[in-house]
Amino acid sequence: MPADKRAEAWTEIVLRVLKANEVRLVAYVPDNVLAPLISMLHADPYFTVICPAREEEAVAIVSGAYLGGLRGIVLMQTSGFATITNALASLVCPFQIPLLMMISERGTLGDFQLLQAIVCRTMRPVLETLGIEHFSIQRLDDVEFVVDRMVKQAFWTQAPAAMILSPLLTKKDNLDGISHG
Amino acid sequence: MASLMADSASRAAAKIMNRSDLTRRLVAKLGAAEAVIAGIGNCNFDLWASGQRPQNFYMLGSMGLALPIALGVALAQPQRKVFALEGDGSLLMQLGALGTVAAASQRNLAIIVWDNGIYQITGGQKTLTSSGTDLVAIARGAGLANSAWASDEEHFETLVNRALAGDGPWFIAARIDGEKPAGTTERDAAKIRLQFMQGLGASAAVQKVPG
Repeated sequence: MPADKRAEAWTEIVLRVLKANEVRLVAYVPDNVLAPLISMLHADPYFTVICPAREEEAVAIVSGAYLGGLRGIVLMQTSGFATITNALASLVCPFQIPLLMMISERGTLGDFQLLQAIVCRTMRPVLETLGIEHFSIQRLDDVEFVVDRMVKQAFWTQAPAAMILSPLLTKKDNLDGISHG
Repeated sequence: MASLMADSASRAAAKIMNRSDLTRRLVAKLGAAEAVIAGIGNCNFDLWASGQRPQNFYMLGSMGLALPIALGVALAQPQRKVFALEGDGSLLMQLGALGTVAAASQRNLAIIVWDNGIYQITGGQKTLTSSGTDLVAIARGAGLANSAWASDEEHFETLVNRALAGDGPWFIAARIDGEKPAGTTERDAAKIRLQFMQGLGASAAVQKVPG
């Protein structure tokens, strides 16, 4: 299918919406689902992309950048989110830092690993306990509206936001792309 | 000469100094152009006690994250020299951050670590540096070539002067005693953030949402 006829992929929409909202810094720990977005971000000189050793480092880098006047986002998977509770509870929340998080949801809707499933079940209780705004994006039609609104609300309200990428978005129309990596 | 490889005093040969004294020596050299991010506990407390500057950020929690926070500030404001102050216990929690700084080749970032070999604030339990872990060797191994132990107070000031004058990233380690800090910080996190952002001239730019 010609490029101009096909629907814009979720990765392309996310990249475009981040630019429109002047989110220039990306810090990530890699993940299979996020891999195509990560490649596009690396290839685009608009973005400064940092790949630290741990997710809580990524949280601190993006938080520090906000203090210095630069907007950023942390990309991670569910198991990475499980490692950042202390950074959220003792840095992001009390200092009122509008940290943007994009989390690829592993461990649900057909994951082959029990450990991913167990880790996944910790994510929403932590987000809810800390009072962090979160939304699971399931449909391609919703990507632009949800990402754009959540980014804006984070900065308007001086509060963190977690955009969760459901397998319904990232896997359903891409069954050939399922990887056991 | 930019490299600190010639300054190869070992940890064992470095003089044991005092954190409050060294913090005051550092702050005396700083103006409105330099930012300082200090880690949880005594790093913070001595920075506070050395005279509150709007360009100081006092971490109240999140042990180990002063360095990555400072990296974020340095990325946001590449024209500004940014200092991260950490204790040995905190740095040991987040050694990967040294590699992250090296990979970013963050020229405007300087890391200062106070090493007294103990978790001082929780009762003096030993850290790994008390049994031979050398943080300067780790920093060099992580890719930070400009890493050195301060052999005494005069040498510490020389190293800070170099970090102020030239491109980093810099890593300066100082052995310190177990004396208490000279004060304690306020605990109002939101106020600390607002004052720091205003001190960096960052608040208006980042809070204006396009569209």
